[in-house]
Amino acid sequence: MTKKLLEGIRILDFTWHMTGPIATKHFSDLGAEVIILESKRRPGWRRGPPRSSSTDQNCTSKLSITVNTRDPRGLELAKRLVAKSDVVVENFAGGAMKRMGLGYDVLRQIKPDLIMLSTSMQGQTGPYSNHPGSGHKLTALAGFSAILGWPDRPPAWIAAYTDFIAPRYAILGIMAALEYRRRTGQGQYLDMSQLENALQFMGPLILDYAVNKRVANRMGNKSEYAAPHNAYRCRGEDRWCAIAVFTDDEWQSLCRVIGKPEMANDPRFVTLLARKANEAELDQIVNAWTGSRTAEEVMTLMQAAGVPAGVAETGEDLVEHDPQLRHRHTFQELEYPGVGKYRSFTGTHFLMSKYEVQMAPAPLMGAHNAYVFKELLGMPDAEYDALVKEGVID
Amino acid sequence: MLSPYRVLDLAGEMGLMCGKALGDLGADVIKVERPGGDAARNIGPFYHDELDPEKSLFWFALNTSKRSITLDIETKDGREIFRRLVKKADFVVESFAPGYLDKVGLGYKDLEKVNPGVIMVSITPFGQSGPYRDFKTADIVAWALGGEMAPYGDADRPPIHFSYHSQAYLHAGLDGAQGAVTALWHRYATGEGQQIDVSVQESVVQCLEHITAMWDMRHVIQKRTEELRMGAAHRTRQIWPCKDGYVSWSHGGNSVLAPSLPLIKWMETEGYTNDFIKSFNWDRPDFMAIPQNEMDMIEEPTGRFFLAHTKAELLDGAVKHNALLYPVATTDDMFQNVQLEAREFWIDIEHPELGETIRYPGAFTHTTAVRPKISRRAPLIGEHNIEIYEGELGMSRRELVMLKQAGVI
Repeated sequence: MTKKLLEGIRILDFTWHMTGPIATKHFSDLGAEVIILESKRRPGWRRGPPRSSSTDQNCTSKLSITVNTRDPRGLELAKRLVAKSDVVVENFAGGAMKRMGLGYDVLRQIKPDLIMLSTSMQGQTGPYSNHPGSGHKLTALAGFSAILGWPDRPPAWIAAYTDFIAPRYAILGIMAALEYRRRTGQGQYLDMSQLENALQFMGPLILDYAVNKRVANRMGNKSEYAAPHNAYRCRGEDRWCAIAVFTDDEWQSLCRVIGKPEMANDPRFVTLLARKANEAELDQIVNAWTGSRTAEEVMTLMQAAGVPAGVAETGEDLVEHDPQLRHRHTFQELEYPGVGKYRSFTGTHFLMSKYEVQMAPAPLMGAHNAYVFKELLGMPDAEYDALVKEGVID
Repeated sequence: MLSPYRVLDLAGEMGLMCGKALGDLGADVIKVERPGGDAARNIGPFYHDELDPEKSLFWFALNTSKRSITLDIETKDGREIFRRLVKKADFVVESFAPGYLDKVGLGYKDLEKVNPGVIMVSITPFGQSGPYRDFKTADIVAWALGGEMAPYGDADRPPIHFSYHSQAYLHAGLDGAQGAVTALWHRYATGEGQQIDVSVQESVVQCLEHITAMWDMRHVIQKRTEELRMGAAHRTRQIWPCKDGYVSWSHGGNSVLAPSLPLIKWMETEGYTNDFIKSFNWDRPDFMAIPQNEMDMIEEPTGRFFLAHTKAELLDGAVKHNALLYPVATTDDMFQNVQLEAREFWIDIEHPELGETIRYPGAFTHTTAVRPKISRRAPLIGEHNIEIYEGELGMSRRELVMLKQAGVI
């Protein structure tokens, strides 16, 4: 078997939901040994039986141990594992690790070149640092809700959007820290605030306010320099296709595709400025054409004519039908022995020309207790059995 | 953290975030622009609405920590110069249509011969191969095909996507940066570089919360209904009007991610309650099963409470009372945030040619080692031509004058 890309890197994973596990999935799917530390006594709601929770998706290729860290002996076990780890990752509310007695100051004494990453809502310092929260609400604080939706209505809702920005910075930060340690021998503590991560994605609009004092507002599906630019209703139940026309060439192509070549020179639509001025009317014309066709047919005809267009895909479309995602093996089939198969996206967000990602299913709770405690920590059988019996390894 | 490494950044709008992230991490990023400047310099907003490629705020935001040279890589001289640059580069970042660089003789296979360790990060709408390889994209198209559009928006209108600049391209850019550093790790083990193939569509797929898992496990498609909580017997409002805007909040009973009680207690201290709320058992494990009329009785005083408070009061109070809500901030609220100020998040960057200092979002992390930072403002077009061509490649001023007149630089 060829060596896995991150083989030899060990990560002790205290994360529990979203940003944390999504970030460490990059490492486990690339062959790092990622050990998630759980507790059967307090499984947390992200944990369920196989094929029932976010753990299926976000904990692929990881190992699981179960430890009661409220017991001082459990805390001691965690510390012994830190001594054998390269990286510790956690995404509790700010300050929680410190209160558990597992802050960076303590852990660096155990492992001087340790890389530790904390990712929380608003960081580990400052007046709001201890505030618990979730990406669902932080998406509002980071300014995204205000630019999503229709101008005549309240902002729309888009789930925990910032929980998908933060892991990207976490992955990049840990990879860069591993590279820095390789070169200098030094570890570090990375203190990430999901809010500060997210604001990187608001950059141009923040500068617009800083310089021009202009406050960004939502504008539906409109673009300032394209029309038509919207999602258009297609045949079937709640089926839609996005179409975006930026150039005159694309406009002429669209008119040919919808069987109205003469409309290309219609004074109401001939220029971009005219199309923007008459956008509502234009949207009606496009909708009248798309309404009797499937979203797939609309996309295919538009793309064949060089017009950017794409089906608003559902979970079913993505997992079952999208030929491009299938070509790239974006979703891989995994199997829980004796339970059944399921599909998960890969932890790596890209393809590599000289390395292929191999995934394993998420671990059952405590599946790797024996390996981690006996083999890795070299714990004698008698001690292991006693700790299991006393519920320290629960 | 990445200070020994050099990046040649050929990317357009779709890949600008990649070079910015690597540059803010300390890499030496050289933006290679076509003579006259990259097309993305024409994307707004603009500095005081002045329509000048040197004054795009979009460009400013995504090209910090980069130097700039101009080069026409379609000319023989340009190609030759680019190959010389590749010899000393670790990464090449590009976002041309698949196959374009092969056609001009600068594809991965060509560059690998010049420098076997070079890592090429290619960011394209759908990837380097596959049935959609040659499809065209736009942000709204990527958002739709990536599955992040269908589940969101009002049921009586089309699915919705973010206004203004592309979010999809920023995700793809960061995915490219992750790929670059991952390939670097591979290079230390094997000595070889490789090509990282980022698909913008796939980068959007990596933003889906449980959309695909819900289909895979339960064959459920998440519908576009703003206030519906999946699996509950009632609708829960997510976005509420407040005194000067909106606030994001949802009642979840005793749920870990949306516990109601801290807000309920805070409301009570100000008299916003009713008999139903007072007698309600907030620990009941079947909160998801409460009927709509009961949820309405919980939401009614909640709505009045929010309308009586400003965004700033709600943020402050949320922290004080441990309530899991956040106001819907607009860009004029950001600079007032005391937490961002306490963490010294904002950074003032001088633009000498504008005679002004502009406030930017700062580092994406704090660290005990070398903190990422904006090492320089976005470059002017070809600002570093002399520094790099003359100073580093050892070309003569006479040669540069010739190439300038020939339109190569």
